[in-house]
Amino acid sequence: MLNKYPLWKYLLILFVLALGLLYALPNLYPDDPALQLSTQKATVSIDESVIKKAERALTKANIEFKASELTSNGATLRFNSGIDQLAAKPVVAAALGDNYVTALNLVPTTPDWLAAFGAGPAKLGLDLRGGVHFLLEVDTPAALAQRMEVASAEMKTLLRQQKVRYRKVNVDAGVLKIRFLQEAFLTRAETLLSDEFPEYIYSTQSQDGEFYLTASYSESAKAEIEAYALQQNLTTLRNRVNELGVAEPLVQRQGSNRIVVELPGVQDTAAAKRIIGATANLEFHLEAPLDADDVEVLTFRDGSGRTARLERDLIITGDSVSDANSSFDENGMPQVNISLDTKGGKQMAKVTRTAVGRNMAVVFIEHKSRSRFVEDENGKAQEIRQSYSEKGIISLATIQTTLGNAFRITGLDSSRESSELALLLRAGALAAPIYFVEERTVGPSLGAENIRLGVVSAQIGLLVVMLFMLVYYRVFGLFANVSLAINIVLLMACMSLLGATLTLPGIAGIVLTMGMAVDANVLIFSRIKEELASGLPTQQAIYSGFNRAFTTILDANITTLLVAVILFAVGTGSVKGFAVTLSLGIITSMFTAIVVTRAQANLVYGGRKDARLSI
Amino acid sequence: MKTSNIPFMGMRKPVALLSIVLVVISLISLAVKGLEFGLDFTGGTLIEVGYQVAPELDQIRALLAENQYDDVVVQTFGANTDIVVRMANVYTPTLGDEVLAVLRSDTASVELLRSEFVGAQVGEELREQGGLGMLLALAIVMLYVAVRFQFKFSVASVAALAHDVIITLGIFSVLGFEFDLTVLAALLAVIGYSLNDTIVVCDRIRENFRIMREIEPVDLINESINQTLGRTLITSLTTIFVLLVLFFFGGEAIHNFAFALLIGVIIGTYSSVFVAANLLLAQKIEREDLVPTPKEEFEDEMP
Repeated sequence: MLNKYPLWKYLLILFVLALGLLYALPNLYPDDPALQLSTQKATVSIDESVIKKAERALTKANIEFKASELTSNGATLRFNSGIDQLAAKPVVAAALGDNYVTALNLVPTTPDWLAAFGAGPAKLGLDLRGGVHFLLEVDTPAALAQRMEVASAEMKTLLRQQKVRYRKVNVDAGVLKIRFLQEAFLTRAETLLSDEFPEYIYSTQSQDGEFYLTASYSESAKAEIEAYALQQNLTTLRNRVNELGVAEPLVQRQGSNRIVVELPGVQDTAAAKRIIGATANLEFHLEAPLDADDVEVLTFRDGSGRTARLERDLIITGDSVSDANSSFDENGMPQVNISLDTKGGKQMAKVTRTAVGRNMAVVFIEHKSRSRFVEDENGKAQEIRQSYSEKGIISLATIQTTLGNAFRITGLDSSRESSELALLLRAGALAAPIYFVEERTVGPSLGAENIRLGVVSAQIGLLVVMLFMLVYYRVFGLFANVSLAINIVLLMACMSLLGATLTLPGIAGIVLTMGMAVDANVLIFSRIKEELASGLPTQQAIYSGFNRAFTTILDANITTLLVAVILFAVGTGSVKGFAVTLSLGIITSMFTAIVVTRAQANLVYGGRKDARLSI
Repeated sequence: MKTSNIPFMGMRKPVALLSIVLVVISLISLAVKGLEFGLDFTGGTLIEVGYQVAPELDQIRALLAENQYDDVVVQTFGANTDIVVRMANVYTPTLGDEVLAVLRSDTASVELLRSEFVGAQVGEELREQGGLGMLLALAIVMLYVAVRFQFKFSVASVAALAHDVIITLGIFSVLGFEFDLTVLAALLAVIGYSLNDTIVVCDRIRENFRIMREIEPVDLINESINQTLGRTLITSLTTIFVLLVLFFFGGEAIHNFAFALLIGVIIGTYSSVFVAANLLLAQKIEREDLVPTPKEEFEDEMP
């Protein structure tokens, strides 16, 4: 017998190889450090003139740049080195001003003819590229409590309007309790409230001649509020991240109450964290007249220790802001220009019309949380979180005339504070407080170092395995080596095609795959040797070596694949990257070790009856 | 190449004893000393910074103590210009940045390489998830082997895997090496790898039960192990080569990962030769267990 493949099988292998090369090739072109220019404003667009302006600023500052181009969502300036890129950012940002967002980015240099096939380099994980990963937990109990506080105020108003006399309303541990002195009021309140506030479950008790109506959330209402809080926070975080101008950010829900935020390439992590986690908002209050009693005394934020008495009723909050910009006033002090939405504008006009000559305060509120650890009865550390708000007056100014949709706020500490406040007002407030439960930051230099280490180990690993196979199996070793090389090309092509993320453990997975990928060939070659030793003729030995090793290879690889899939399911971040390369490597190595090696053996030895195998 | 003829099964009693002793020592160490869990599992804060010139660790400790950071561990990480500062159980979102500022107040050129914070809750979840994943992997493997082979094989291979995992964990416990997420990933990969080895041996045993008659199970298993020994050793060697490369050249971040794999592969090779076969014999495996199952034909699917 002769071992021969029909022509179409060789062609198929060549086709797969060509496809693999095409999609793996972009990985050889290194990314360019670049600045990405974008804008969040509908009224501002990025065109050639903006690029020209940035280019002029760079030439003036003596910073070299490689190329510039307009893209679908802005413009990109490419640089020769990361140092130039870093130096260019403040220069360009200053030249273009507040309306544009300047972000550091790495842009692929895939040639056009490759890009035309949809080919591009594999995505790099944060550990290779640098950047931050945040896991945030939405404080849903706080969202529920906030909602109940609001409801209790509305319930009071309703009961008063309907002349239902109650003694006291209090909210405690997720339960709202209303006390009545007469049973008639209790029954009326129950019918009224369950009509108007159907999201609660009501129950009644009587004790010592007093009557209580308790309301608590139904499970579905609870789930709905939690889902709303999470959704709202996701939207707000997306807006904020977009304002940061990070290229390719990720904001994603994870589980029932967590949000993952990944910002590749971010350098100033402290600022990113401040803006993402910020719960700052504004409130506008009138200064209380001397005889008012429902007042709140607040301190100024300028550190002077001055205080002011403000009316507790607020005019509007930052939620009514439709746009905000930071700039400088005539004296060079930072200011924020604010535009209100229609409803907010009307409300502002209504209040200020009757208050000309009085003072209006702008109050800055920040919801913060402390967390500390205490030991519970089992000696285990328990995390206790405590939320509190900090309020301070930014400015107190006399209302000169009726205020409308647009006005400005002064009295801010620094231009950083004014631009961050403007950003937060534009992006919207968080519906519920959030906590950082996990944070990982990788500096850009460590990322580059990790890539270098990964590439070096992959090269040495490949060399060692290839040498060993060549020495041990000679010509068949060469077959195995060709298959191994093709395996790596196919693996990289799969990574690029699937848009999978390459991480440092992922590179380790590729290196490990090299060691394990030759296994299938080792199995086959040992079989061929055995068959030869038992006296089979050459062609028969090749044939049965491949055939009989097949089941074994299949069983062994499927079980490993199962484990890799579990690893993918339970792993996070960089570990997932390991699972990905490991499982893809197993699949591609089955193809190369069986089909590609067989093709080579057939091509070289298949047609010769009396061939002596170099194995 | 001539097939070797080593009486592996003749050594099975002393080898079984060795395995039992190693597993017991590992379990004792795990119970008494436990594992040195990394940040991923304990929760806490860590920053890694790079200095231009190697700093004095004591000086950094003193500097941090001066600024009221008492509960910190300062270590080098790989190179002696790389410093890791670990802070347990005190958390404010800005802790990492604050410590960095303190270090920079002393040496301005300190560069932030990495900073990590894992909340206690997340750490606990990761630990639970990891353990669950490990058990799930073993269960699925057991099921697959029971379906593809036979129940006795599945008991033998899963026991061999548990043996590998326990001893690798034991070595990490005894040496006090840090156990983090990457090491957990390595352990799961060890399960995959060691299983691969075990299945190759089992496959040969099954095949031989079908073609060899009039032979005692002990001798048949011994013959099967000898037939696959060449392949077992070569594959282990190539894998160990690349792991050594990862261990020495892969950098500090995957040092423990490579070490866990290295240990796991060595023990996995040993266990697929000795432990799995030994357990098959202990369960009195015989021809009747396998022969009724019809042989699957794969020839049609051959390329």
